[in-house]
Amino acid sequence: MKLRTSFLLPAWLWLALLFLAPFAIVLAYSFLTRVYVGVAPPWTAESYQRLFDPLYLVILARSFAIALAATALCLVFAFPAALFISRAARFKTLYLQLVMLPFWTSFLVRTYAWIFLLRDTGLVNTVLQALGLIHAPLPLLYNDGAVLLGLVYGYLPFMVLPIYATLERLDPSLVEAAADLGARPLATLFRVVVPLARPGIVAGSILVFIPCLGAYLTPDLLGGGRTVLVGNLVQNQFTTARDWPFGAAVSIALMLIVTLLLIAFLRRESEPLA
Amino acid sequence: MKRWLAAYAVAFYAFLHLPLLTLALFSFNSSRFTRWEGLSLTWYAAIFRDPQILEGAWNSIVIALWATALATVLGTLCAYGLWKRNSRTLTGALYLSLVTPEIVTGVSLLALFQFAFRWLHWQLGLYTVVIAHVAFSLAYVVIVVSARLRTVSPALEEAAMDLGATPLQAFWYVTLPALAPGILAAALLALTVSFDDYVITSMVAGVDSETLPMVIYAMARRGASPVINAISALITVVFGALILISERVRKT
Repeated sequence: MKLRTSFLLPAWLWLALLFLAPFAIVLAYSFLTRVYVGVAPPWTAESYQRLFDPLYLVILARSFAIALAATALCLVFAFPAALFISRAARFKTLYLQLVMLPFWTSFLVRTYAWIFLLRDTGLVNTVLQALGLIHAPLPLLYNDGAVLLGLVYGYLPFMVLPIYATLERLDPSLVEAAADLGARPLATLFRVVVPLARPGIVAGSILVFIPCLGAYLTPDLLGGGRTVLVGNLVQNQFTTARDWPFGAAVSIALMLIVTLLLIAFLRRESEPLA
Repeated sequence: MKRWLAAYAVAFYAFLHLPLLTLALFSFNSSRFTRWEGLSLTWYAAIFRDPQILEGAWNSIVIALWATALATVLGTLCAYGLWKRNSRTLTGALYLSLVTPEIVTGVSLLALFQFAFRWLHWQLGLYTVVIAHVAFSLAYVVIVVSARLRTVSPALEEAAMDLGATPLQAFWYVTLPALAPGILAAALLALTVSFDDYVITSMVAGVDSETLPMVIYAMARRGASPVINAISALITVVFGALILISERVRKT
């Protein structure tokens, strides 16, 4: 056997046993019927029809809306930061590492930090009360706003890095040319820099939108079970509700959306494993 | 505009780091409430008295070490194979595994294990968690090692083989040493993603294989506690240091 073939053997096994097989099982489950424990024939597309029940369409729409809002906020917060790093005269590596550092530490810890800060007896409410600005704690935790904040905080680096990468490659003489031709700094920013940073903005948006769409941990912890998104729906169907066919159908639908987004993105950037 | 940008950067970095810094600061607070009373290590001592936390931490370490060892070896072999000649199918699947929502990976692997258990009389436990962790961390290893491979010239192996080395010898004595920093960085990355994972782990863990993130999660759902602050601070320091080391190594 050739060396390459034997080296790739474990990866093909991974593909077959840990990637395709689970997917095939979930796909099969999604077309089966729910029984007391697990699934059984007859085969049916009923689970997919239930996806169009207004109850679940609302959850899907809310997931899209929150993921979209998180992506937009990340973009607004990340762009100036990426611009700052790319224009810094010194300490670029340090600035980048400072963006990465919280990202590489535990996601769970970063989410918990917001429980610590936002709960009724949390730091924010305690400080505001001590200052006499409020008399009763504000309900900051366990709502959509807290979930949105947690998602933005969690995925912000995914937006900063690709935008920084495109800004770093941007030819500074283009900015100078715009200034020489009389463009004000803000006009240069929005009409020269932002359009040139488009690939980074698109990449960052995809990288933030996809995990936000399927988020489970953040809505569960910061939404306190009140914010049901599509990720929580999947988890719930496989655990408490014990409706595996429907949970499987939601998973397949979610995978389909993510795959289509990824394909659309890869068409733009065909560099393999960049 | 430069001044605006600098002012914004200060606010941006404060937003990124202040939550974690205050979290760590209050792990040293002697009061259990969010009111500063004085320095104390009470909550750190409490970690080491809580058998659930200790067992979770031990399980997490065992799982992370096994998963890292397996994913690093298999991922390195895979990256090398793809470097020789790319396979769009494999590359595509690895990419897809990275963007699959964690909860979907979790339920799919649970479905796989339950399906396999119809014939095998096993049950969920530490080893199912290890398998799941290898499944999702493989792509991270392949990507980091592939990035390193792109800096290696294929001419080196050709030279070695012209001088009589077999392909395996060329890999072992020429390419592998050049890859070492990339492999170490990949291993550290695999270790952190494995140690930190909650969503997938919670789906495939058995009753005897509760990990540290699962313990923290259960505590966090009941509300904040200075003990979680202390564990969080410890995890952040240990893994922050590991990642900084891996960044250093990767750049050598």
